[in-house]
Amino acid sequence: MRNSLYKKSIISINDLRRDELELVLKKSAILKKEPAPNLLKNKIIASCFFEASTRTRLSFETAICRLGASTIGFSDGNNISLGKKGESLADTISVISSYVDAIIIRHPQEGSARLAAEFSNNIPIFNAGDGSNQHPTQTLLDLFTIKETQYRLDDLNIAMVGDLKYGRTVHSLTQALAKYNKNKFFFISPDALTMPNYINDMLLEKEIAWTRCQNIEEVISEIDILYMTRVQKERLESTEYANAKSKFILNTKILQNARSNLKILHPLPRVDEINYDVDYTPYAWYFKQAANGVYARQAILSLVLIENHF
Amino acid sequence: MQINKLQVEAIKCGSVIDHIPSQIGFKLLSLFRFTETEKRITIGLNLPSQKLGKKDIIKIENTFLSEDQINQLAIYSPCATVNYIDQYNLVGKIFPKLPKTIDRILICPNSNCITHDNFINSSFIFVKKLDKNMNLKCQYCEKEFSKNIVLL
Ligand SMILES: [Zn+2]
Repeated sequence: MRNSLYKKSIISINDLRRDELELVLKKSAILKKEPAPNLLKNKIIASCFFEASTRTRLSFETAICRLGASTIGFSDGNNISLGKKGESLADTISVISSYVDAIIIRHPQEGSARLAAEFSNNIPIFNAGDGSNQHPTQTLLDLFTIKETQYRLDDLNIAMVGDLKYGRTVHSLTQALAKYNKNKFFFISPDALTMPNYINDMLLEKEIAWTRCQNIEEVISEIDILYMTRVQKERLESTEYANAKSKFILNTKILQNARSNLKILHPLPRVDEINYDVDYTPYAWYFKQAANGVYARQAILSLVLIENHF
Repeated sequence: MQINKLQVEAIKCGSVIDHIPSQIGFKLLSLFRFTETEKRITIGLNLPSQKLGKKDIIKIENTFLSEDQINQLAIYSPCATVNYIDQYNLVGKIFPKLPKTIDRILICPNSNCITHDNFINSSFIFVKKLDKNMNLKCQYCEKEFSKNIVLL
């Protein structure tokens, strides 16, 4: 298999073709079974977190360590001299790119990763979240987990619950799953937080079925994946929030009619949208999903940095 | 054509952007930074037009628009024509075509878009919607906007 990801920046899940997604998933599965500690020996990777995101950063840094590479960087843009001195992101990236083999960037503004890729002198950029826009490695680990648990990425019924308006993980995952065939989506959210039109339009254009539903019970017996997300309090009026809270919280009672293959995913952190007793059911898969993040990140890092894999 | 020539001073050499919908002419001046040149510019607003009812017209002396500039006109005034004039004679007539990307001239409506900092030129691509309308999508923040929101 030709590795078309070699030297490519990973900015948006929309930039990846279906065969490239497959390549990452295949590599993730291999690395999960057979760790390859020397794959990136002698490589130095910068982990530049202009805003704090401990989970994502540690997941990336674990992936780097497991591959035998070294990491430099910072974990919170507020505490570094770069921003304070008024240096532009473009300048910062062009300097750091002269030190390292790849740059992981997390930044609060949308489009920052794309901009970084334009100033990195062909050093690959990995987007670890640019504002509300993209977080492609999250989507890759979601896809990997879905494939691992359902043995396929097509012909699935997927319910997405919670904040579908601002939740970038659900947008990207829907975009990625729309590259496959015969998937069906159920969107469950407060009225104020429904899927944006551009996602609905994209599905319509590709003739992919989607339905808006009132609650999880309605669809629980039909779905293979239940993707839960958190509804942030500040996004809703207080009465609406109280109402939403009771409606979009998952408990074991709702799961009574679930299919045996159902898996519950969540990008984490969870607040109270999944009751703790759900953790003990065979459906709960969010912690395993988070663990898969390391393999998916190992896979994408090694595919971008090494040409010949298979 | 004869009437317009009388209403707006004829130019010896340069470009005439004709058939601009009224109210758009003034906006084009600033969007295309025509106001930043030293060249002599004549503008006619709300002139009578058979095609549009009312139209605006811009004449720029000793300047020939780039193909990019001409195509970007199509976003604002799909029926605009660009005439090249030499020695008071019409030597070329161009009909703008919608470009694939629009660089530099628009500002991304997403206030958290990185293009607002860093002195980066904006870049938008056209996205055709199911209802045949065109949206503009920022190449950086990947947000889509209806043409009207971006232009007004
Ligand atoms: Zn933008």
